[in-house]
Amino acid sequence: MSTVYILWLRQIKRYFRSRSRIVGSLGQPILFLVALGFGFGPVFRRAGQGSYIQFLVPGIIAMSILFTSIFSGIEIIWDRQFGFLKETLVAPVSRLEIMVGRTLGGATVAIFQGVIVFFISLFAGFRLPGVHALIPTFVFMLLIAVLFTALGTAIASKLEDMQGFQLIMNFLIMPLFFLSGALFPLDGVPTVLATIVRFDPLSYGVDGLRSALVGTSHFGFTVDLTILSVLTFFLLILGSYLFSKIEI
Amino acid sequence: MDNNNHIIEVKNLTKRFSSFTAVDDISFNVEKGDIFAFLGPNGAGKTTTIKMLTTLLFPTEGKISLNGYNPMSQKDEARRSFGIVFQDPSLDDELTARENLEFHGVLYKVPGRLMNSRIEELMKFVELWERRDHLVKTFSGGMKRRLEIARGLLHHPKIFFLDEPTQGLDPQTRNHMWEYIENLNKKEHITVFFTTHYIEEAEKVARRVAIMDHGKIVAQGTPDGLKEKTGKQTLEDAFLSLTGHGIRDEEASGVDRMRQHRAMWRRGR
Ligand SMILES: Nc1ncnc2c1ncn2[C@@H]1O[C@H](COP(=O)(O)OP(=O)(O)O)[C@@H](O)[C@H]1O
Ligand SMILES: [Mg+2]
Repeated sequence: MSTVYILWLRQIKRYFRSRSRIVGSLGQPILFLVALGFGFGPVFRRAGQGSYIQFLVPGIIAMSILFTSIFSGIEIIWDRQFGFLKETLVAPVSRLEIMVGRTLGGATVAIFQGVIVFFISLFAGFRLPGVHALIPTFVFMLLIAVLFTALGTAIASKLEDMQGFQLIMNFLIMPLFFLSGALFPLDGVPTVLATIVRFDPLSYGVDGLRSALVGTSHFGFTVDLTILSVLTFFLLILGSYLFSKIEI
Repeated sequence: MDNNNHIIEVKNLTKRFSSFTAVDDISFNVEKGDIFAFLGPNGAGKTTTIKMLTTLLFPTEGKISLNGYNPMSQKDEARRSFGIVFQDPSLDDELTARENLEFHGVLYKVPGRLMNSRIEELMKFVELWERRDHLVKTFSGGMKRRLEIARGLLHHPKIFFLDEPTQGLDPQTRNHMWEYIENLNKKEHITVFFTTHYIEEAEKVARRVAIMDHGKIVAQGTPDGLKEKTGKQTLEDAFLSLTGHGIRDEEASGVDRMRQHRAMWRRGR
C-alpha cells in the first residue's frame, strides 16, 4: 500500500511543480471551447440541436483527460531515459504495485486537469443540471483517466525512446479524440463513421460524461459504464503485464 | 550453493543479445566483506553482468547466488540484499534530495522514524545535509553521485554494487568517494562490488580483481597475485600482457565516442 502511495505522490509532486505544464495544457481545451463552442453555436442552434456549448463541454473535458492521462503513462519513457526507472525496478516490490501507483498518480493528475476545464467551461456559459450530476461525472472522469493512463503505460513499456511519439500523437491520440463524438452528435452520421466511433473507447467516455452532465446519451448510461469498466480493467492488466516485462 | 563465505557465487553465466554474446561463460565468487573489482574496457560486459546480478536482466545461461538467493526465482529476497549505484544517473531530478531518499526508503519498507534518522546520518555522511531540500536538478555530477551512494545504503544492504562510480568525477571527489566506501566496508562489513576501467582504482581499492575483456574473465586474483603471475611491476602491465592490448585502446562505447568527437571538435575550433 505504501508503495502505491509513494508512487502516486511522486506523480502529484511532479505535476504541481511544473506550473508551465498545467497552464500549457489548458491552452488547447480553452481554444476548442471558444473557437468551436462559439463558432459553431449559431449553426447548431439553427439545426434545432440546442446549445452547442452544453453539447461540447463533456467532449472537451474528455479531451483534456485523454491527453493528460496518455502523457502521464508515456512519462515512463522519460523515466527510462533519465534512469529513474531502474531505481524503481530493482526495488523489492511487485511490478503490479509500481504500475498501479503510477497509474493512479497519472489518473489523479488527469482528473484534476478535467476539473479545471469544467470550471473554465462554467465561465463559457455551461450550465450544470444540478449537483447530483457531479457523482456520475466523477465516475466517468475516473474511468477515462485510468483507462488511458494504463494505455499510455502499455505503449511506453514497448518504446525505447521518444522517437515514436509523433506517431502516437497523430495515429492514436488525435483519432481517439476526433472519432469519439466529442465534437459532433452521433445521431444520423454515415454508417462507416458510426462503426468507427463504436470502436473508439473514448466515445463511451464522452457519451457517459454527456449523459451525466447534460442528460443526453447516444449509447445509454449503462452501456457506457459497462464498456468503460471492462476496458479499463483489461488495459490495467495489459499495462501491468507489459510493464512487468520491461528489461533495461 | 557451496561455500558459506561466498556472498556472491556465479557459475557459467552467459548473456546473449540475439546473436551477440555480451557475457561469455564467466564464473567467479566474492567473499563476505570483500572489496571486489571488475576491471575491463568499455564494452567488456561489466554492466551486463551487474544487471543480471541485480535482477534487471535475465541470464541466457548460468547460475547466480546472491546472499544465498537466486535472483531469477527469489527476486525480492535478492533485491533486499543489495544496494546499487548505477553507471548512469538514476535520480528523479524533479524531486528534492530528501524526497529521493524517502522514495527509496518507502520502497524498501524502512520504518518511518528509523528512515528519518538514517536519512540524516547518511546525508551528513555524504555532505549533502545542507542541501536536503533542494531539487536534484540543481546538483552537480559529484553531488548526484554522492546522493546515489547515500540512497543505495539507506536500507542497509549486505552487498553494495557500484558500476563505474567515479566516471566523470574530478580527482578530489573521486578520492573522497573511495574513502567513504573503504570506511563503510571496514565499519559495516558491507561487501563492495565495483566496476571500473581505471586500473589505478582497482589496484588501490580492491582486495580482489577480475579482469574482463570481450565478455570473458581473462584473469582473477589479488592485484599482487596478478602482478606476480605475469611477472609485471604494475597492474596495467599485467593487464596488457593478459589481454594483449592496453585498456584505453579499446573501442569506446557510443556515448564515449560522441564525447570524444565533441572534445576533438572543440579543440579543433
Ligand atoms: N540491451 C542490449 N542489446 C544489445 N547489446 C547490448 C545490450 N546491452 C549491452 N549490449 C552490448 O554488450 C556489450 C557489453 O556492454 P556492457 O555490459 O555495457 O559493457 P561495459 O559495462 O563493460 O562497458 C557491449 O558491446 C554492448 O554494446
Ligand atoms: Mg558499463
